[in-house]
Order: sequence, then C-alpha cells, then structure tokens
Amino acid sequence: MASSSSTLAGFGTAPFAGESWWRRHQMTLTPAILLAPGCLFFAVFVLWPILDSLWISLHDWDGIHPMRYVGFGNYAELLHDDTFYTALENNVYWLLAYMMAPVFGLVLALFLNQTIRGMRFYKSLFFFPFVISQVVVGLVFSWFFNVNFGLLNVVLHAVHLPRVALMESENWATVGIIIAGLWPQTAYCMILYLTGLTAINPELVEAARLDGASGWRLFRHVILPQLRPATFIAVVVCVVGALRSFDLVSIMTKGGPFDSSTVLAYYMYDQTFHSFRYGYGAAIATVLFLLMDVYIAFFLWSLLRRERR
Amino acid sequence: MFPAPIQDARPLGRFGYAAAVPIVLVIWLLPLLAIALTSIRSLEDLSRGNYWGWPDRIMAVHNYRAVFTSSPMGRYLLNSIMITVPAVVGTLALSSMAGYALAKFRFRGNLALFAIFIGGNFVPFQVLMIPVRDLMIHVVPLYDTIWALVVFHMAFQTGFCTLFMRNFMRELPDALAEAARLDGVSELRIFWHVVLPLVRPALAALAVLVFTFIWNDYFWALVLVQSDSARPVTAGLQALSGMWLASWQLMSAGALIAAAPSVLLFFLMQRHFVTGLTLGATKG
Repeated sequence: MASSSSTLAGFGTAPFAGESWWRRHQMTLTPAILLAPGCLFFAVFVLWPILDSLWISLHDWDGIHPMRYVGFGNYAELLHDDTFYTALENNVYWLLAYMMAPVFGLVLALFLNQTIRGMRFYKSLFFFPFVISQVVVGLVFSWFFNVNFGLLNVVLHAVHLPRVALMESENWATVGIIIAGLWPQTAYCMILYLTGLTAINPELVEAARLDGASGWRLFRHVILPQLRPATFIAVVVCVVGALRSFDLVSIMTKGGPFDSSTVLAYYMYDQTFHSFRYGYGAAIATVLFLLMDVYIAFFLWSLLRRERR
Repeated sequence: MFPAPIQDARPLGRFGYAAAVPIVLVIWLLPLLAIALTSIRSLEDLSRGNYWGWPDRIMAVHNYRAVFTSSPMGRYLLNSIMITVPAVVGTLALSSMAGYALAKFRFRGNLALFAIFIGGNFVPFQVLMIPVRDLMIHVVPLYDTIWALVVFHMAFQTGFCTLFMRNFMRELPDALAEAARLDGVSELRIFWHVVLPLVRPALAALAVLVFTFIWNDYFWALVLVQSDSARPVTAGLQALSGMWLASWQLMSAGALIAAAPSVLLFFLMQRHFVTGLTLGATKG
C-alpha cells in the first residue's frame, strides 16, 4: 500500500492540468457524474412509476382505452369489496406468522452455533431453502401438501389421523402457504443470527458466567441485547417479505379457493390482468404501498438516526 | 461463546449432538429430498402409487434428459443467464458509482438521496407494475424481450446495492485518495484506480447476492415477458407445471434444474454471499 501514491503519480496527466476548468470544478462535478446514471434509472423505473400508479388509481381504466377520471371512486369501491378485506386480513396473518421466523431462526442458530466437524457444510445446507426460488419452494410444498399422495398425508395416515386437503380448503390454504414461506424466511433469519452470534463479545459472556449467570438468564440479559442489530434486520426483512408475498400464492393456490388465500399483492395482479381493471389494481397497490411506507419510514428513521451519531 | 461449546459437555451430550444435527437437517430438508427422490422415479412407479418408497428403477438420466428434450427448459435456462449476468454487471456499475459519490463527497441533499435509494428498495413491486409495463411497451419498446428484465432489475437492484456500497466505501480510509489527489490525479481516475480495487470484496458479495435475487425473480418475469423466447426459468417452470400436470417426475427434475445454478453459485461463493446478506447484522 505504501507504494500506491508513487504508482498513482503515473496517472497524473499534464503537469499544469490543475488550471483547467475541469480541475477547478471536479469536486462538484464528480459526484454529479457518478450519481447521474444510477439516479436516472432509479427515477425512471422506480420513483416515477410510484407517482404514476397513484395517478392511475384515480381512474377507471382497462389498460387499452383512454383513462376516465373517477377521483377516489376506486378507493370507495375497495371499502365494500369483500375480497379486498380477505386479502388485507391474510396479509395481517402473513405479518403475524412471519414474526415467528426470527424466533425459529434464532433457535436454529443457537442449535448450530457449535464447532464440530463439518459444521460449515451443515450450516450451508440449513440455509439452502433461502437460495432456491420461491417458485420451486411453492412447487415443493404443493407436492408435500398434496391431498392424495403428499408426504404430510402419508404421515397422517400412518398415525391413523384423517387426511387434510390444505390447499383445497378455504380455511387452511393460507396456513399452508405461510408454512411454505416460513421455510426460506427462517433460513434467512438463522444466518443473520449466526453472524450476530459470532460477533458477541466473549468477555461479557465470560464475566456473566463468572457471576453465576447461565442458561436462560444469560441468554435473556447478555446475549439477546447484543443480538439487537440482527433482530432489527430480521424483523424488517420479515415484514417486507410478508407484505411482498406474491410468488407462493401465485404458485400454490392462485389466491383460491374462491379468493380465500389471496393477499393484496396477488389480488392487485389478478384485478389488473385478469379482470382488466388497471385503475382498481393501482388503488390496491397504493394501499399496499401505504402499508409498506409505515415500515419504510421506521427503517429509514432508525438508520438515519444511527447515521447522525 | 454462547451456547456453551459442546466440547465441554459430557461424552453422551457430545455424541447426542453429533447425531442430532444430521437428523434435524434431514427433517429440515425433507420437502426437498422428496422432490429429489421423485425426480429419479419412473412414470410407472408414480402411477402405481409408489410416491415415497424406494424407486423401482433409477431413472435420473432419463428424466433429466427428458426435461430438456420435451420442453423449452434449455431455452429458459439460457434466457435466465442472459438476463441475470448483464443485469448484475449493470447494477454493480451503477451502484458503485452512486455509492462512492454518496460515501465520500459532501454536497447538499446527499443524505436525502441516500434515503431515497434505501426507501425505493422496499417499495412493493405492485405499485410499480402497471407503469413499468407501460414504459416497456410504449416508451422503451423492450416488452417481451430479455432486455426488459435486464433494464428493470438493474434499475431496481441499484437501490439496495447503493446502500451496500455506500456503507462499505464510507469505511475506506481517506488517506489513499488524498495522496492521489495531491499528486494531481483526477477524481474519476481515483475512483477507477484507487477505490474500485479496494472494494472488490464488496463487489463480489453483491454480485453473488444480486445474482440469486434476479435469478429467482418470478413476478417481473410474469409481468414483462410472455413468450418462450424471453421467459426465464422461474416463469418457464410455472408454464410447464400446466403441461406436466401428471408427470411429477419431470416437474421435480425441472424444479431442481431451475434451482441448480443459484445453489451452485451459493456453494462456490458462500463466504461472499453471507457477507452480503448479513450486512448490518453485527454492528449497531
């Protein structure tokens, strides 16, 4: 590293280039040049579409003919739409159930936080479900839950319990999909906590042990507080995951039976492309966006607060 | 270390633990093992109702070859690669530039821009869906080509990656850049010759992570393309699930083929992957 400044001198252009216009302004121009492409793409494909969606949600539109302004008509209709409430309710279930992922993930991480032969390999196999696509996860679990030959029913049958048709049941389809979703989500939380556990201050743990703390009390008062950063990320990721849930619903039930397992993300897609109600779809998306904003705001607030320190 | 190291436990406990880990692992991966077992069965085996017993014949080669010969799976895989690789490269280029500007230059609105990149990263896809699809149909006519997915993924992933790069670059010492500056090296050259070589680990971590994100994307593949010539493997698999309704051995083999590349990359680049994923999980 010591040699880098002398090596770099070789890159210096003309000896008196410092006088040029570029030289004088480069401290202002450089960030602008570096930011321009990223900002352009982000503005065109992320920021502007948000505003455009809000605008579309105020219209009646089939995607082809000219849009017709209806003010808050789509939102008024949502208030009387049973399927919308089902979707909203299911999203709440997703959110609540996904809060179990950090808990399960932490349990798995504590279980695996040892150094035995082949542990690295074991850990990566435990992490496996997160790496594979949700499409594959959905197919795997559809197969697992299958009423005729799924492993779940084979096991139930073996212990003389009645068969269950999770995916065909209005009451249970969402439960089945959420279980499928928790699988990769738990794996993700596990890896967050495994990393968190390696960063724990061993001196604090030893000191607490010398003071006679062990087991649950040691965990509760010494370990858990030090895992806070991991917990924070795990919760944020799970909330976002729960509100984003689309792939599994689309693969496993298509929102059925009778829209009982739909969620806002899927219902929006369904209304837009299957019923050609773009304006209404945009209104559903806006509701989802507003829900997500609460968490975006919370996340930004805690991140930027850390930044000021 | 917490929990207490298992080496300190009594022999019975050590033995119990060494046995428990693989058992829990098998239960944890049971759904996947079931699919793997199904993918090597024969059709007769399945129609006879032998779903969970040992296969009567191992048909692995036959089934996996059938996936490629009887469906456009090869095409889908190729599409996925042609979408994912340029999108990852583009994302890394955009985000390392933006991340550097946000990390090392002081200007008005720096923090606000940073916040926008982070916030945009969490936006639900559905609120972008209709306008992005319209853009791809009417403004930049890329709809139903792999480039629609390349461009969109590149734009969207830039949010997360800029956050990552900015935080990584902020930790770099200023001394090197200062020294170069005193030598009269221009700012853009400093970025290229001093900063980029130093952030290679971060670039590797992001590359692996974003590769799996994009490879596994299903939603945008549904929204932005519709023909087999542009469909990536996730949407392709979904399309095939209709065709292979009763051929679970092909479906299972197809699913495993679709999952294989990102799994392979994960195993090869595990350390980088975990670095990327656990960003922020350790420091408060």
